[in-house]
Amino acid sequence: METKALLELLSNDYGVSGFEHTLKDSIINSFNKFSDDIKVDALGNVIIFKKGQSNNVKIMLAAHMDEIGLMVKDIEDNGFIRFTNIGGIDPRTILGQEVVVHGTKDLFGVIGSKPPHLQEKSEQDKAIKMEDMTIDIGLSKDEVQKYINIGDTITVRRNLIELKNNRVSGKALDDRAGILVLYECIKELSKIDHEADIYLVTTVQEEVSMAGALTSSFKINPDIGIAVDVGFGTTPELNKSNSIELGEGPGITLGGNIHPGLRKKLVEVAKEYNIPYQMEVSPGPTGTDARAMQITREGIPSLVLSVPLRYMHTSVEVVDIKDIKDTGKLLAFFIASVSSENLEGLLCY
Amino acid sequence: MLLKLLTESSGVSGNEKEVRDLIMDEIRGYSDSIKIDRLGNIIAYKKGLNSSQKLMITAHMDEVGLLITDIDSSGLLKFITVGGIDKRILVSKSVHVGKDKVYGVIGAKPIHLQKKKEWINALDMDDLYIDIGATSKEDAEKYVNIGDYASFQSDYIEFGDNLIKAKALDNRVGCSLLIDLIKEIKDISFYAVFTVMEEVGLVGAGPAAYEVNPDMAIVLEGTLCYEMPNMDSHLMPTQIGKGPAISLADRTTVYNPQFRKRIEEIAKSNQIPYQYRKSSMGGNDSGKIHTAKTGSITTCISVPCRYIHSPNSVMSIKDYENTQKLLRAILTEYGKGVL
Repeated sequence: METKALLELLSNDYGVSGFEHTLKDSIINSFNKFSDDIKVDALGNVIIFKKGQSNNVKIMLAAHMDEIGLMVKDIEDNGFIRFTNIGGIDPRTILGQEVVVHGTKDLFGVIGSKPPHLQEKSEQDKAIKMEDMTIDIGLSKDEVQKYINIGDTITVRRNLIELKNNRVSGKALDDRAGILVLYECIKELSKIDHEADIYLVTTVQEEVSMAGALTSSFKINPDIGIAVDVGFGTTPELNKSNSIELGEGPGITLGGNIHPGLRKKLVEVAKEYNIPYQMEVSPGPTGTDARAMQITREGIPSLVLSVPLRYMHTSVEVVDIKDIKDTGKLLAFFIASVSSENLEGLLCY
Repeated sequence: MLLKLLTESSGVSGNEKEVRDLIMDEIRGYSDSIKIDRLGNIIAYKKGLNSSQKLMITAHMDEVGLLITDIDSSGLLKFITVGGIDKRILVSKSVHVGKDKVYGVIGAKPIHLQKKKEWINALDMDDLYIDIGATSKEDAEKYVNIGDYASFQSDYIEFGDNLIKAKALDNRVGCSLLIDLIKEIKDISFYAVFTVMEEVGLVGAGPAAYEVNPDMAIVLEGTLCYEMPNMDSHLMPTQIGKGPAISLADRTTVYNPQFRKRIEEIAKSNQIPYQYRKSSMGGNDSGKIHTAKTGSITTCISVPCRYIHSPNSVMSIKDYENTQKLLRAILTEYGKGVL
C-alpha cells in the first residue's frame, strides 16, 4: 500500500488507549506480505516478526497503536453526553469538534459551543472546562441508552487532509505515523540483508501507561529496543531548542533513556546513507515506549527515533511524509548494520 | 440535496460569489426577472396574478469566516475573523483558504509543553494561525494572498433523530427555503432577495430594500438555539424540533405585532407547529429593511440552529419542513389578497 494511503486508513480509524483492537486487522493486512509471522498478545499488541540471516541478534521496534480520546461519563436527561479524557488533552482543542461515540454502533455527534450572541464579552477570554462541555448526538436519553454506555470511548472525527509539500494533517498521527515508519522499514528490509531477527510491535496503551511496550518487550527480550514516536515540530510558539523542524528528517534522541553506543552508530549510519536527521535532547526517561523497554527484565539498551509532528495531541497534527520515509530508511539501514559480531562492541560503555 | 451544496459552498461576508453563482443556477429558470445589484445582492421577481401589495422575502447568503491578514516568514497565515465568531472555537479545526480552497489547519501548542495554568485561558487571536503546509513565506505566496477569505471546512452530515450538521446553516437554510419557494410557487407575485454581508452589519439589505421598496417583508433565517442540560426553558432562545421560530424583537427590530399574529393564525389554521424566538440578542436584515425609504412591516421566520457561527451547526429536518409548510401557507393567503 502507498504510504499516504495507509496513513490515511490508520489515522481516520480509531483506537483510544485500551480500545485498540479495531486497528488490528488493517495493521496485519498491510504488514502480512513482508513478515514471517504475526501474533497478537494478551494485551492486544500486534507483534510482526521478520526473520534475519542468523538468530543471534534480536531487535525490537515499537510504535504505539493507541490514541488519546474521550470516554462517556454520563448521559443527561436531554440526551446530551458528559465525558472525560483518556490521555493528555487540552480541553480548548475539543470545543466545537465533530466526534464519533463508539457505542454498540458508531454514532456521530458534536461538542456544542455557545453562540457568541448569548455570551458576555469577558466570557471569551476564559477557556471552557471539559466538565462544562456536552456532546449532542441528536437523540433523546432513551434512544441514547439503547446504543451508548458509560465507559464507551469517543474520538474526534477528522479525515486526513492533504496540505502542501507532501504534508498531511489528521488526528492520531501520534503515533500512527510511527506505525508507518515501521511499514517503510519492513519494506526496505525486504530488499536488503539483515542478520538480526526483527520484531516490529504496534503497542497498546502508550498514552496512559506504556503497558503494551512493557509486556511485549518482556516476551521478546530483545538485544536492542527502539521506540518510534513523534517529536514536537517547530512552530512560532515553541522554543527552537524544544522542537525539531518538519521535513528535515527524524529526530534522534539523546539522554539517559538512550544507549550512547547505539546512538553513535545510528548517527554514523545516517551520515553514511545521507539521511537527514536532527538531535533531540531528553535528560531522563522519555515519554515513549523506550522508557518501558529500557527497564524491562534486566534492562534493554534502547533508542528513540521521532517523526517531527506539529500540534501534538490536537486533531490537526501535521507531519511530512518525507520524514516518515526517511525515518523508515534510517531504521532499516541501522538494523542491517548490526551483527552478532559488532553487537557487543556497540553495547560496550 | 440543495442544502448540502449550499452549506459546503464558501461565502464569507464580502465574498459571496460561490454561493451567489449556485443560487443563480438554481433559480434562473423560475424567475420572471432577475438581477444582481451593485453590492452583489440577487433580486428576483416572480410575477403572479395579484399585485395589490409588494411582498419581499429575503435570506442572506453570507456566512461568518476568516480573512488572511499576513504571512509569516515560516509560511504560516495570520488572520482576523469576519462576523461574530467566538475565538475559542477556532483551534484544532480545518479551513479552506481562498478561491482554490487550499486546505489549512489551525493548530495549537502541544499540551506537553504548556505550563499548568496555560489552558485555563482562551487562546488569543494573536496566538492563532493557519498552517497550509508551506515551508516559507515565498512558498505560501504561491497559494495564498493577503486578503483571501477562509471558510470552515465542514461537511454536511445527517445524524441523530432527523438532524443535520453543517457549517453556515446560518443562513444557507434561509437561502434553501427561499429557493424552494421560487421553484414551487406559481401565480403569486413576490420579490425574492438574497443579500450580502448580513454578518458584518446588515450591509446588503438596505440598498436591496431601497430598490424593491416593499410594503411587507419576510426575513428567513437560521437562528440561535441553545439548549443545555438543566437550563431553564426561558433562557433558551428557541428549541430544536418545535417548529419555525417567529421573532418578537431583537437588537435591530421590534417586529410588527399584527403581522406576527396574522402569521400565527395561519400556522394554527394549518396545524403547523411554531415557537417564538425569545432572545432579544442578535439581529438580522429586518433592521435595515423595515426602515428603508418610508418603511415597511417585517417579520422574521427562522429555523432553530444549535451552535451557529461555529464550524458545526445543527438543525432539524422536521423544523425545515414545517417552516416550508408555513411559508407556503402564508403565500397562499397572500395570493388570495388577505394577508
